[in-house]
Amino acid sequence: MNAPSVDLSSYRDQHFKGSRTEQERHLRLTTTLYVGNLSFYTTEEQLYELFGRSGDIKRIVMGLDKFRKTPCGFCFVEYFTREDAEMCMRYINGTRLDDRIVRTDWDAGFIEGRQYGRGKSGGQVRDEYRTDYDSGRGGYGKIVQQKMLPKLT
Amino acid sequence: MSRRKFDEMSDYDSSRDRKRRRTEAVEIEDRLESLIIRVGEKSTSSLESNLEGLASVLEADINNYKGKILKILIDCAVKMPEKTTIYTTLVGLLNAKNYNFGGEFVDMMAKKLKEALKACMWRTARYVLRFFSDLVNCHVISTNSLLQLLLTFLETARDDNSPQVRSDTYVYAVLSCLPWVGRELYEKKEQDLDRLLKHIEIYVRKRSRKHVPGLRVWRSDRPHPQEEYLDCLWAQICKLRSDMWQEKHIARPYVAFDSILCEALQHNIPQITLPTHHQDNTYLFPWVVFRLFDYTDCPEGPVLPGAHSIERYLIEEHLHNIIKEYHHERKQCAALLLDFPLKHKIPLEYMIVEVVLAELFHLPGPRYIEICYGSLLIELCKLQPATMPQVLAQAVELLFDRIDTMNVCCFDRFVNWFGYHLSNFQFKWSWDDWLEAAQLDSSHPRAKFIIEVLLKAMRLSYRQRIAEVVPEQFDCFVPQKPEPVYKFCADSTADLPGMDTAHRLESAIRAKGTVTELLAVLAELPNPLRESEDTDPPYNPLQIQVFVQSILHLGSKSFSHAFAGISKFLKAFESLVGNHEEAQMLVLKEMHEVWSTHQQMMVMLCDKFLRTQIVSCATVANWVFSKEMVPEFTKSYIWEILHGTIRKMNKHVARLQREVNEARERRVGNDSDDSSDSDNEEQQQQQQRPRPSEEEIERMEEKLEGAQADQKNLFLIIFQRFIMILSEHLVRCDTDGRDFNTHWYRWTIGRLHQIFMMHNTQVERYSQTLSTLLFTQDLDPHILDAFNQFVALRS
Repeated sequence: MNAPSVDLSSYRDQHFKGSRTEQERHLRLTTTLYVGNLSFYTTEEQLYELFGRSGDIKRIVMGLDKFRKTPCGFCFVEYFTREDAEMCMRYINGTRLDDRIVRTDWDAGFIEGRQYGRGKSGGQVRDEYRTDYDSGRGGYGKIVQQKMLPKLT
Repeated sequence: MSRRKFDEMSDYDSSRDRKRRRTEAVEIEDRLESLIIRVGEKSTSSLESNLEGLASVLEADINNYKGKILKILIDCAVKMPEKTTIYTTLVGLLNAKNYNFGGEFVDMMAKKLKEALKACMWRTARYVLRFFSDLVNCHVISTNSLLQLLLTFLETARDDNSPQVRSDTYVYAVLSCLPWVGRELYEKKEQDLDRLLKHIEIYVRKRSRKHVPGLRVWRSDRPHPQEEYLDCLWAQICKLRSDMWQEKHIARPYVAFDSILCEALQHNIPQITLPTHHQDNTYLFPWVVFRLFDYTDCPEGPVLPGAHSIERYLIEEHLHNIIKEYHHERKQCAALLLDFPLKHKIPLEYMIVEVVLAELFHLPGPRYIEICYGSLLIELCKLQPATMPQVLAQAVELLFDRIDTMNVCCFDRFVNWFGYHLSNFQFKWSWDDWLEAAQLDSSHPRAKFIIEVLLKAMRLSYRQRIAEVVPEQFDCFVPQKPEPVYKFCADSTADLPGMDTAHRLESAIRAKGTVTELLAVLAELPNPLRESEDTDPPYNPLQIQVFVQSILHLGSKSFSHAFAGISKFLKAFESLVGNHEEAQMLVLKEMHEVWSTHQQMMVMLCDKFLRTQIVSCATVANWVFSKEMVPEFTKSYIWEILHGTIRKMNKHVARLQREVNEARERRVGNDSDDSSDSDNEEQQQQQQRPRPSEEEIERMEEKLEGAQADQKNLFLIIFQRFIMILSEHLVRCDTDGRDFNTHWYRWTIGRLHQIFMMHNTQVERYSQTLSTLLFTQDLDPHILDAFNQFVALRS
C-alpha cells in the first residue's frame, strides 16, 4: 500500500559504512529516527514529551556541536518498536516544537560519533552556509558571520 | 535455415505469444479493476453516463473475466460503503443485462456475509446487509427475501442464552440499513415493515442500559442528551419513519435507470443461518454518541441537522469512515474531510470537529493513538485557516464550559491534546475568557484543567514562556520552576544525619568510584532500624536515603544524566534495596523529595526504576496510595505514573504469552515448506532455531504464570486501596453529616473508573476474582457501581 509518510525519503547519509542496499535494508527495519530543524535551546525533556506521544522511547541522543559540546539543532530518537517510530513519522513529522517545524527521517541506527555536527565550525553543515538569520540556531550561518566580522571591527 | 534453428525460433515465438496473451489478460483485468474502483469519482461526464458506459464494458467482458469482475465488485461493495448506491446501481444494470451474473453476485455476497458473521467481522457484515438492502431498490433482490434476512437478524433479540452485545450488534445492522431501503419497504410492504419495527421497538425497550453511565463523556445530559448508540439510531429511525422515510442525504443514481431496472428479474438471498454464540466471540463494544454542537452553535450558513435527524447519522458515519480509511496519512485525511461531497449543504467544519473529538474522547479508549487526532486537527486548521481554528476554539470553549461533569479519562485526553495543540500555535489563546477560574478552589475541574494544561504546555516549552503568555491573574496556576531539592546540599545549615557521608559519597562518585567503593562509603552509616546488636535489619533506610539523594542530585542536569547514573550504579541499588517493599518505597519517597517540582522527571524516573527492576509495579501502586502522596493524589502525573506501571506489566505478560504460544507452535512443528518469505532473515532465523523441548516450554509457562500472578496482584492492590480510601471517605462524611460528593470524591471515583476503562481487557481476565474478593455486594453502592458498569460492557 502507498504510505508516503512512512516511506523512505530520498536522503541517504553519505557517511554510512556499507553498500546502498545494506543501508536501505537498515532503514526499512530501524526504530531510530533522525530529528532535524530543532532550536539550539530545545531540551531533551521537551523532546521526550513530544516524541513520547507516539510511543515508548528507548533513548534520545542529542546532537552536539563538535567543539563546544552544546546542542546544535538535531537529535536521534530511538523507539522500542518500529510501529511506534512509524507513528512518529506519521503524526509528529512536520509539526511544531518551540515554534519550529521539526523534520523526522529514518536513520540506520545511532553509532558513537554521530552525535556531533559535521560542519567545519562544529555545528551542522546547514548552519555553515545559511544566509538567513535564525535566532533559534545561533543567528546567521557561520560563513556569513565570519564575513560580517571585519565590518564590525 | 536449419530445421533445428527453425524449431527453436517457433518455440521462442509461441512462448512469447503465450506471454503476450497473459500480459494482455492481466492488463485488461487491471483496467477493469481501475474502472470499477474509480467510478463515481470526479469526472467531466455525469455519473449516470459513466455507470451506463461501465456496465456496457463489463457486460462485454463478463464471459471472459467473470471471476475477476465479481471479486472486484464484492471488494468495492464491502470496502467502500460511501459508494454503496453507485455499486448497487452498477450491479442492477448488469443484472438487467445478464440475469445469471446478478445471481452469482448475490450468492457470493451471501457467502461473504456468512464468513463475516462467523469471523465476528461486524463492519463487513453490516455493509453486506446494507448492500443487499440497496439491491432491493435496484430490483436485484426481492423485497421478501430481504425482509426474511432482516427478520433472521432480529431473531437474536429473542435469544436469552447469549449476551446482549450480540443481539445489539445484529439489531444495529438492521437499523443501519433502513435509511437505504425504508422507503421501498414502506411503499411495497408496509405491514411487514411495521412488524419488523415493532420487533425492534420491543427489543430496544427491554434491553439493559447498565453499561451506559460508564461510557458517557459527561455525567450530565445538559445541554445535549448523551445517548447510547442503539437508542440514538432508533430515535433517528423513528424520526425518519414519521417523515415518511424521506431522507435528503443519500444520492441514488438508480432512480435515473428505473425504466431499465424495473424490467429485470429479481433473485432471492440464499438462506442464512446465524452462527450461534460462542464465548470467544467479540461483538461491537457499545458506545455513547458524542454530542457537542446543536444548530444554535453555528448560526451562519447551512443548518446543522438535529440530533435525531437521520442525516446527522449518515454524515457522521461517512466522516468516521474517511478517518478510518485515511488516518495513516493525516494530510490526505484532512483534505478529504474538508472535501466532503455535500460540504455546501451542511456546516462541515462543525461536523468534522464533532466527529474528530468524538473519536478522541471515545470510551473506553480512542480508536487510534491520541496524537493521530491532535495532528489531524492541526492539519485541518492549516488547510482551512479562515474557519477551522474558530470552530475548534468554539469547541474548546464548550468543552471547558461542560468540564465540571466530564469523565476523568476524557479530561486527561482533553488536557493532553489542548496543551499539544497550543504548542503548535505559539500558546495563543483567549486566556482572559477564563479569568473567573482563578477564584475557584484548586481542585475544581476548571481550575484543575488550567493547571494541568499549563503543566503540559510547560513540558513542551519552558516555564518562563508559559508564565509570559498567561494573564497575571493566572500566576496561581503557573507551575513552579522544576528544580531539584538536594537535602544534603553543602550550604544547608541543618545538621542532618548522613550529611557527611553524602558529601563523601558525592566525591567518590565524581572520582569515578566503583560500586564497591561507594558501598564502602555508605557502610559507615548506622542503621536506624537496628534495635540491638542481635538484630540484622534487611536494609538500611539511611543508606538508601543518602544514596538516592546523591545519585539524583549528581544526575540532575538532564534525563540522560539521571538515567546514566542509575544504570551505572544498578548493582549498588540492588545491594541496598533488594526485594524489600519498604526499601523500594523509600527510593520512590526520596525521588519525590528531590524532584517534587519536576513531574515529568518523576514520571521518567519511575519508568526507569521499573525497567531496571529497582522497584516493583506493586510498590509503585502502594506508593501512589501512600500517606505521603495524599497531597499529590488528584494530580494527573500520579495517574500517568500508575497507568504507565500497569501498561508495563500488561506488556510484560503479553510478551511472555506470545513467547509461549510461539514455542508451542514450534514444538508442534510447523515444517510447512512455505518458503515464500525466505528472503526475510528474521523468519529464517526463527526456522533455524531448534525446537523447544517440553521442559523448556514448561519453564516458559511457569514464567508466564508468575507474571500473571503479579499482574493479578497489582490489580488487587490498586482496587483494594481504592475501596479503602473511598469507603473511609464515605463513612466519615456520613458520621460528620457532610456531603460526600466533593471534588476529591469525584476525582477519585473517576480515577477508579479510569483503571477499568483503560485496562479493561486485562482487568476482565480477573473479574471473577474481583467480584468474589473485593467488589462484594456489601460494598457501598457508589463504589460497586464502577465495577458493575465495567462488567456490563461485555454482557
